[in-house]
Amino acid sequence: MLFIDVFLSEAGRSVKNFIDTNLPYILAGISVGGQYALIAIGYTMVYGILRLINFAHGDIFMFAGFAMVYLAAWAPLYVAIPLVLIITVLLGFIVERVAYKPLRSAPRMSVMISAIGVSYLLQNLAWYLTSGLARQYPVIPWISNSVDIGSATTKIVTLITPVLTFVLVVALVMLIKHTKIGMAMRALAKDFETSQLMGIRINTVISITFIIGSFLAAIGSLLYFTNYTSVTPISGAMPGLKAFVAAVFGGIGSIPGAVIGAFIIGICENIIKGLGWTTFSDAFTFALLIIILIARPTGLFGEKSTDKV
Amino acid sequence: MADKKVHSFIVKNRVTIIMVVLLFAALFILEKILPPSSMFFVVLKKGAIYALVAVSMNLLNGFTGLFSLGQAGFMLIGAYTYAIFTIPPEARDTVYQYFDGGIIKFALPVPVAMILAGLAAAFFAFLIGLPVLRLKSDYLAIATLGFAEIIRAIFQWDKLGPITNGSNLLRKFPGFTSVLFPFAVSGICITLIVLLINSSYGRAFKAIRDDEIAAEAMGINLAKHKQLAFTISSFFAGVGGALLAMYQTTVQASAFTSAMTYEILLIVVIGGIGSVTGSILSSFLFIACSEWWLRFLDNETYIGSFRVPLLSSGFRKVVFSIIIMVVVLFYRQGIMGTKELSADAITRFFRKLRGKTKEEAAK
Repeated sequence: MLFIDVFLSEAGRSVKNFIDTNLPYILAGISVGGQYALIAIGYTMVYGILRLINFAHGDIFMFAGFAMVYLAAWAPLYVAIPLVLIITVLLGFIVERVAYKPLRSAPRMSVMISAIGVSYLLQNLAWYLTSGLARQYPVIPWISNSVDIGSATTKIVTLITPVLTFVLVVALVMLIKHTKIGMAMRALAKDFETSQLMGIRINTVISITFIIGSFLAAIGSLLYFTNYTSVTPISGAMPGLKAFVAAVFGGIGSIPGAVIGAFIIGICENIIKGLGWTTFSDAFTFALLIIILIARPTGLFGEKSTDKV
Repeated sequence: MADKKVHSFIVKNRVTIIMVVLLFAALFILEKILPPSSMFFVVLKKGAIYALVAVSMNLLNGFTGLFSLGQAGFMLIGAYTYAIFTIPPEARDTVYQYFDGGIIKFALPVPVAMILAGLAAAFFAFLIGLPVLRLKSDYLAIATLGFAEIIRAIFQWDKLGPITNGSNLLRKFPGFTSVLFPFAVSGICITLIVLLINSSYGRAFKAIRDDEIAAEAMGINLAKHKQLAFTISSFFAGVGGALLAMYQTTVQASAFTSAMTYEILLIVVIGGIGSVTGSILSSFLFIACSEWWLRFLDNETYIGSFRVPLLSSGFRKVVFSIIIMVVVLFYRQGIMGTKELSADAITRFFRKLRGKTKEEAAK
């Protein structure tokens, strides 16, 4: 008994030590995890319905960042932030209408190539409009203030992110479970052709899916860039890919799965940074992806699907 | 017997052979006439390299139906392998200045290093392919993309510095000056790929692309053939990477991003997924547009005192990506679709043209 007691207290102490030394990284991880979660929802919803990896989603997120940079220089924040949300939503809507809608009946590979093309276009466009320089993200008062938690100092945004993510996700799940449009989304995700035959306007539903995804990405970008403070034309690519990995990890098509996956990835990535393996923090995410795809392709919460011949 | 075979091969392909000889002669003469700084050579050199990489990607995406996005990663392996083994020993101290001259103290001859570059890429592809090729379509794409990112991180790891020079440049390895060199290497490699595509293996690849289940039912070993296509494609991507390293004269892992893979994919799409000659044509077009013909879009231009609107740095790439989107959305077949441009097709085309004019004359 004594031995077990000693062992437990020893283990408890080492866990406490671990948390004490890594607290800043864990906090950063929770924060960035929430931001990935907001992006990942866009991926998982679009994939659930269209079976398409929307490669442009990360770049829409980046555009939201730039929109904020320019609008905040021109208007006060209470005007700029709603405008950023509107512009991002519009961009998501336009991308879907222009690049994906014409290919509705095309093979999946073509749609994916189109998504890659849009991503390329958005990056180049951002490069042109900003002449490729990193732009300083405007300081949003209050949420950029510093705060002390235990031994660590962090920005208030770190604390807000998980709360806001949670609220938004609950709202979204309610929307999907209890409204007509949510029902239509679930129907589309289940069976595309049949729901079309049942009189669901698929184009409207798909547009709304993209609008919701872009809206959440815009909020994610407000939080993310407040933390990282500068925007470049390629700063959407990595968070985008990682959010997609989070979506796959949680089981693509499942919103709670995407959120949990995003938090796990955010925290692991930052702990790896804390251990001094910064070079591998990106690689870790992809290694995790490959392990998940091989061991459990449906992810943590994904439904098992059978391919019919 | 063998002599007879070679003879009949030459007779069958005499037009192609003559054209290849003419092409090389033309290149040789051009090099004598034009100044070596001409943009023309930049396009030819880079175009030839991209042609090889694009064809190797087409072997996977177009002929085997495996949507892989790992090309940049394999090019990186090829480029690094080539560079690491060819930096002359006397230059190593300056290149590996932070790592005491590195741990490799010898240099291999260029051709050996190039083949080694391909083999290294193929070896990694073999290892990666074992688990990853079980995945389908977009999952395969994202997994291979992920592997390319992992490879990039590993090559930048400073613990491997004595071999890879960490995140610093590799330089001072032998390059090429004549445009004939990349043409010859790419030409040989693409010929090998074409021979493979026309062999029984190639027919098996196409069967897998068209219908996996039917192919399996016909007795094609899916795992083996997918693995084969993946490994061979990566071999040539590795050789392409080595060529790119020679062309750039420096190598840095951070340049081989997923954006590079996307560019190559878009070249393949513009040329036509499933057409070797399409990929070759579109690589030259792509490079010519991005390096030369559309350059003027990047410069501020005045007509009289009127400043032409929109033209400034970066506009070229925007125009370019719009063109690409138009191709992707409205000309999904690309330039060639799945057709091939061959010497036979060209002569047939001209014969038909002549026949038509004769008919018209008769009328």
